[in-house]
Amino acid sequence: MAIEAVDHSHWSPLLGRLWWDAIPPDPIVWATFAGVMLGGIALVAALTYFRVWGYLWKEWFTSVDHKKIGIMYMVLGLIMFIRGFADAIMMRLQQALAFGGSEGYLNAHHFDQVFTAHGVIMIFFAAMPFVTGFMNYVVPLQIGARDVSFPFLNNFSFWMTTSGAVLIMASLFIGEFGQTGWLAYPPLSGIAYSPYVGVDYWIWSLQIAGVGTLLSGVNLICTIVKMRAPGMNMMKMPIFTWTALCTNILIVAAFPVLTAVLTMLSMDRYLGFNFFTNDLGGSAMMYVNLIWIWGHPEVYILILPIFGVFSEITATFCGKRLFGYTSMVYATMVITILSYIVWLHHFFTMGSGASVNSFFGITTMVISIPTGAKLFNWLFTMYRGRIRFELPMMWTVAFMVTFTIGGMTGVLLAVPPADFVLHNSLFLIAHFHNVIIGGVVFGVFAGINFWWPKAFGFKLHEGLGKISFWCWVVGFYLAFMPLYVLGLMGVTRRMRVFDDPNLQIWFVVAAIGAAVIAAGIGAFVLQVAFSIWKRKELACDGDPWGGRTLEWSTTSPPPHYNFAFTPVIHDIDAWEDMKRCDVAAPKSGFLDIHMPKNTGTGIILGGIATVFGFAMIWQIWWLAAITFVGMIGYSIAHTFNYNRDYYIPADEVAETEAAAHGQPLPAGA
Amino acid sequence: MTATTRDTMTNSTATAASPEARTAAFYELEPHHHPEGASTMLGFWIYLMSDCLIFAMLFAAYGVLGGNFAAGPGPKDLFELPLIAVNTAMLLFSSITYGFAMLVMEKGKVRATQGWLLVTAVFGASFLAIELYEFSHLIHEGAGPWRSGFLTAFFSLVGTHGLHVTFGLIWLFTLVVQLSKKGLTPANQRRLQCLSLFWHFLDVIWIGVFTFVYLMGML
Repeated sequence: MAIEAVDHSHWSPLLGRLWWDAIPPDPIVWATFAGVMLGGIALVAALTYFRVWGYLWKEWFTSVDHKKIGIMYMVLGLIMFIRGFADAIMMRLQQALAFGGSEGYLNAHHFDQVFTAHGVIMIFFAAMPFVTGFMNYVVPLQIGARDVSFPFLNNFSFWMTTSGAVLIMASLFIGEFGQTGWLAYPPLSGIAYSPYVGVDYWIWSLQIAGVGTLLSGVNLICTIVKMRAPGMNMMKMPIFTWTALCTNILIVAAFPVLTAVLTMLSMDRYLGFNFFTNDLGGSAMMYVNLIWIWGHPEVYILILPIFGVFSEITATFCGKRLFGYTSMVYATMVITILSYIVWLHHFFTMGSGASVNSFFGITTMVISIPTGAKLFNWLFTMYRGRIRFELPMMWTVAFMVTFTIGGMTGVLLAVPPADFVLHNSLFLIAHFHNVIIGGVVFGVFAGINFWWPKAFGFKLHEGLGKISFWCWVVGFYLAFMPLYVLGLMGVTRRMRVFDDPNLQIWFVVAAIGAAVIAAGIGAFVLQVAFSIWKRKELACDGDPWGGRTLEWSTTSPPPHYNFAFTPVIHDIDAWEDMKRCDVAAPKSGFLDIHMPKNTGTGIILGGIATVFGFAMIWQIWWLAAITFVGMIGYSIAHTFNYNRDYYIPADEVAETEAAAHGQPLPAGA
Repeated sequence: MTATTRDTMTNSTATAASPEARTAAFYELEPHHHPEGASTMLGFWIYLMSDCLIFAMLFAAYGVLGGNFAAGPGPKDLFELPLIAVNTAMLLFSSITYGFAMLVMEKGKVRATQGWLLVTAVFGASFLAIELYEFSHLIHEGAGPWRSGFLTAFFSLVGTHGLHVTFGLIWLFTLVVQLSKKGLTPANQRRLQCLSLFWHFLDVIWIGVFTFVYLMGML
């Protein structure tokens, strides 16, 4: 099934490199395209038929409400997660089949795109939107604020992230995606070895989404620093807010590095610069250093907020204050700092020498100490707690076991001599999936089950949730434990076909594991759909779990303005404190509430950015120029819009509160 | 005051305090005013620090690639310090005049603020013009960014700074128009302060460029 190299050198002033040869010569892609188009047309038709476009535009797309933006991030994350998982299934199937002379069903060009897209999508467009979604939704509620510091910027950030996701999805059907692995090391990603559009799709989708991520980081730092309710000093902040603060500091201190590296690679590719070229004084090794200076903090950007999710869940479902709050805060800060001085462990084999490798090996091992402290804090919270094994808690326990195994194989890889044997092997693949799935993904499901009732006013169905849970946990171990074995046997990552028939059984087991995980995802989708259908039966009050932090003191879902009266904080776990002191929410004396207005600027700028990225990828220079000027012009025009806020009149607040009190109130109110 | 109410309550007298007192201890019942844009300066400062990191990466790249001449010209063959000295003076003057703009802004003088902003723009534009002249001169001599790792890093670092100055100028003209339309409203004062931070920040970056790239290159 080897494909002849296609000549893609065609260029015209009107369409740039875009030509008929941009349609991938692959029946699998055609079938997918047909499916997506049919589904898309059906969706658009349904939305039009039920006349929801206006509602979506007014209430969601242009909304500056942090809660709605948070939910939109979660939806984006879920869609992209399913796309990324489809890539995973394709890889597992290919590797299980391609033995004994069989080439499997994916040609090399396609397989290389699949593993690249899988990594990029899962990290940037599934995991990142999930954690950003949680932080957006939960942080302002936890600190007793009505929105984030810069509500419009928040909407804009979301649409920039979406714009990147749109570009990466477009690469599936128009042209190609990178075949370089998710970090696109040069010289392979340079123009000489990747002359077509694949790497450019990678560059522009990350560059545009990166703007959103960075601005959202600035926004949330300001929100946490400036907008906490009176009385909430730093050491009274909920742990999730603490981890969100550290995460966003990491984002602001790491993503500019990615921006710079991507720009350098673009310069090499578009203008013939020599940052990372083999000749004329470039240094490909500099790329590997720079990209991991971003890349290692990135993994902590994903896991830290999830540690926060687990902390909230453990305290809530054990009915106890979190054990070792202060040590948890310091552990988080230590991890934040240490995550910047371990990057070289991703390439011990590059040849930095024994001293440098030792330094980074030791810092890497040291980082397991604060992480271990966190685990003991959760264990001691559970110790003598009245544990309720509801879904969020089940995910938490599964995380604690799985993440510990992944952490230990990580410490093993931190030993440079061991890494020389295991570098780029399936052992590494098993390790990081062990911590990302066992940590981030389990945490995302824990968090969704935990905060869903807050966001929508009804719980998720427990039975289907348990099916999803068990499929995920069992499927994970089936899919990834064999990879540890294969890695120790010397199998490297990103292989398409195999010679040694002894290896096949392990790949078959891994493929079965992936199928079980697929069942878990299916069960989750069913759980959501079924729960929406049965939402009357599953309805809950503002505080369904016996929560401890402020988000549980409002109604479910919270009103647009979150809190009619700003709460005053006296203790950690402010809502628990209120319940203990039997405090009633005020029933009268409502005041006008100052709120930001919705605006379409975010989605319009995001749309222009998408076209700009597309034009740059395909080298349609006239379109790139117009859209670039358009973005700047539109942004400037936006600064002349002074009509940005309004007051919710006190009467309306009173009405909303009265209506909300019609529904079952939180226990303490 | 509220804290005391609550402290007495934890001493097992929670039920003793009246429900109203408890509510008052845990909720802000009085209207309070949030100054608009209270987070803006902090947010912009954080953004500037992230921008600073982009320059840090470019400086690092210059540190790594700066000696890779690939048998092409090096700093001593290319840089003309007198020209760069004039250029540096332009940018430093523009920072001073921006400072004057802020001083008259404090006094509420719209016209004078606009005037000093435009003076700043003239200095900024002169800086850019000299930089463009330098670039075109280098390219004309066959020392374009594609010639060697050193020149790649040089053009990228200096060029990124120049792009920032260009955006600063666009921003500056936007604010001049804003001032004509709305005057020195709190929002516009905030914007002028942000641009002030940005402009002085570019000055600091340039001092780094001047020192590490030009002066040390001539050593």
